[in-house]
Amino acid sequence: MDKDFAARRRRDLIIAAVLAALAALAPLFVKDVYVQNILILTLMYAALSQSWNILSGYCGQISLGHALYFGIGAYTTELLFTKFGVLPWFGMLAGGVIAAVIAMGLGYPFFRLRGHYFVIATIVIAEIGLLLFQNWEWAGAAMGITIPVRGDSWVKFQFLRSKLPYFYFALALCSLAWFVTWWLEDSKWGFWWRAVKDNPEAAESLGVVVFNSKMGAAAVSAFLVAVGGAFYAQFLAYIDPESVMGFQFSLLMALPAVLGGIGTLWGPVLGAAILIPMTELTRSYIGGSGRGVDLIVYGALIVAISLALPQGLVSLFSRSKAKGATR
Amino acid sequence: MGLLYGLIAVGLALIFGLMDVVNFAHGEFLMIAMYVSFFLFTFLAIDPLLSAPLVAAALFVLGAVVYLLVVRFAMRAKANAGMVQIFSTFGLAIVMRGLAQFFFTPDYRSIPHSWAGGKTISVAGIFLPEPQLIGALVAIAAFAGLYFFIHRTDFGRALEATREDPGAVALVGIDRNRVFALGWGLGAALVGLAGAIMAVFFYIYPDVGASFALIAYVTVALGGFGSVFGAFAGGIIVGLVEATTALVLPPSLKSVGIYAVYLLVVFIRPRGLFGSM
Repeated sequence: MDKDFAARRRRDLIIAAVLAALAALAPLFVKDVYVQNILILTLMYAALSQSWNILSGYCGQISLGHALYFGIGAYTTELLFTKFGVLPWFGMLAGGVIAAVIAMGLGYPFFRLRGHYFVIATIVIAEIGLLLFQNWEWAGAAMGITIPVRGDSWVKFQFLRSKLPYFYFALALCSLAWFVTWWLEDSKWGFWWRAVKDNPEAAESLGVVVFNSKMGAAAVSAFLVAVGGAFYAQFLAYIDPESVMGFQFSLLMALPAVLGGIGTLWGPVLGAAILIPMTELTRSYIGGSGRGVDLIVYGALIVAISLALPQGLVSLFSRSKAKGATR
Repeated sequence: MGLLYGLIAVGLALIFGLMDVVNFAHGEFLMIAMYVSFFLFTFLAIDPLLSAPLVAAALFVLGAVVYLLVVRFAMRAKANAGMVQIFSTFGLAIVMRGLAQFFFTPDYRSIPHSWAGGKTISVAGIFLPEPQLIGALVAIAAFAGLYFFIHRTDFGRALEATREDPGAVALVGIDRNRVFALGWGLGAALVGLAGAIMAVFFYIYPDVGASFALIAYVTVALGGFGSVFGAFAGGIIVGLVEATTALVLPPSLKSVGIYAVYLLVVFIRPRGLFGSM
C-alpha cells in the first residue's frame, strides 16, 4: 500500500511536470490575445482554487470568504506601490504575509465554530472587509486605485505590449500552488488535516493539535490567495473593492475545486480548466444579448455536475482506474 | 423591517430545521415573489396586499417543484453531501437570476400606486410608513399562523416528526418525500408573503434577492439553525441593529453592524441564540 502510494505520488509529479512544460509551450501556438487572456485567467483560478482547497478541501473548513485575502493581496500591493513606491514584488510578499497573519487572527475565534456557522462567519467577514474598503477614503474608497503606467519591465512587474509575462507568472503560481499541495499531502500536516476533517475528536485524542493544524492550513491558504490577488491587480492595472473583494471571488475560488473534486490534488486544476473557459466563452458568445442566457447555461451546468458527480470530475478518472485496485 | 427579515428568514429556518439543507436560492425565491406581485398588479390590477395570498400560493408550488426536481437528488448524494447541497441550490439561484433577466429584462421596476404605498400613519406623534406597518402586521399574523400550523395540525405534526426521526416516520406510513416537498413549499410560501409585501416599497430587479439573502442567512444563524422562533427573534434583532447602525455610521456601512452582531453572538454562543442542535 505504501509502495503504491509512493508510486502514485511520483506519477503525479511527472504528470504535473509534463503538463506544466506543455502549458509553457502553449504561447508558441496561441497568438490570439483573447485566448491568451482566457488561459491566464484559467491558470490564475486554478492556483486560487488549489490554495482554497488546502483549507477547505483537505482540512475541511469550508470558507466562502477567501475574497478577503484576495483583496488584501491586491490592495497591499497597490497601496504600497502607488503611495510609497514599493515594487509590486515586495508588495506581493507583504500582502501574502498580512493575509496569513489576518487569517490566523481570524482563525482564533472562527475555528471554534462548526458547519454552517463557520461558513456564514467567513462570508460575513469578507463582506465587512468589502464595506470597509468601499468607505476607506485613503485607499480610494469605492472608486478604487488605478495603477500608474511605468512601462514594460519585470522589475516593476508591468507589461503593456504583451500578455505573455503574465501568462508565465500565472503558470508559475499555479505550479507553485500545486507543488505546495503535493508536498503537503504527504507531510505530517497533510495527514493531520485529513484527520481533522474526518473526525476532529478522534484526531485530538490521538495527539493531533486540531487548532494548530487549522491555523496552519488557513495561513498557507491565505498567503497563496493573496499572492494571486496581487497578480490580478497588476494584470488588470485597476482595482476597486467590488472587483477584487466581491463575494463572487469567494465562489469562483471554491467552484473549480468543488466541480473538479474537493480535497483532491487534481480537482482544482481540472475544474478550472473546464469551468473558466466555459464561463468566458458563454459570456462572450451568448452573454452579449444581455439577457442572462449565459447565466442560465452556467447555473444549469453547476447544478448538473454537482448532482451527477458529487465527488467531482476527478472521480471519473479514479473510477476507471480503481477497478482493479481496491481503494 | 425586522419582522420582514424574520419572515424571510423563517422560511429558510423551516427548510433547514426539517432536513439540514441550507437553501442558497432563498433570495431568488424572494425575487420571484416580488415579480409575481408586480405582474399581478400591472396586468390584473390586483393590489399587492390583496394578491399576497396568491403570491404565497404560487411560491408554494415553486418551492415544492424545486424540491422535487433538484433538492431530492442532492439529498441522495453519498459523498460531500454538504457541498452538493450548497452548490446545487446555488447553481439554481444563478439559473433563476438568468431566467428573470431573460424574461423580465434587468430593468428596475416598482409598483407605483398601490393602496398603501407612500402613505404614513402617525401613532402618538411617531410617523410610520404604512406599507411597512402592514408588513409587520402580516408578518406577526404569519408567525402566529405558522406556530398554530406546526403544533395543531396533522401535517405540522408530521413535519415535526419527520424532522426528529425520518426513519421511524417512514415506518408509520408517512411519505418522507411528500413531507419534504410540502416543507419546501411552505418555506417558499413564507418568503413569498414577504416578497409580496416588499414589492410595495422596494425596487424589483433580477438581483434583488442577493442583497437580502445574506441578511436572511445571518438572521437564521443568529437565531440558531433549526429554530423557527430563533429566526423570528433574529429578524427583530437584525432590524433593530440595522436601524441603530444607520444612526451612528454612514448609511453605506449599515450592514456592518448586523455582521458584527452576528460574529459577536456566535463567538459567545457558537450555536446561535436559540439553536438546539
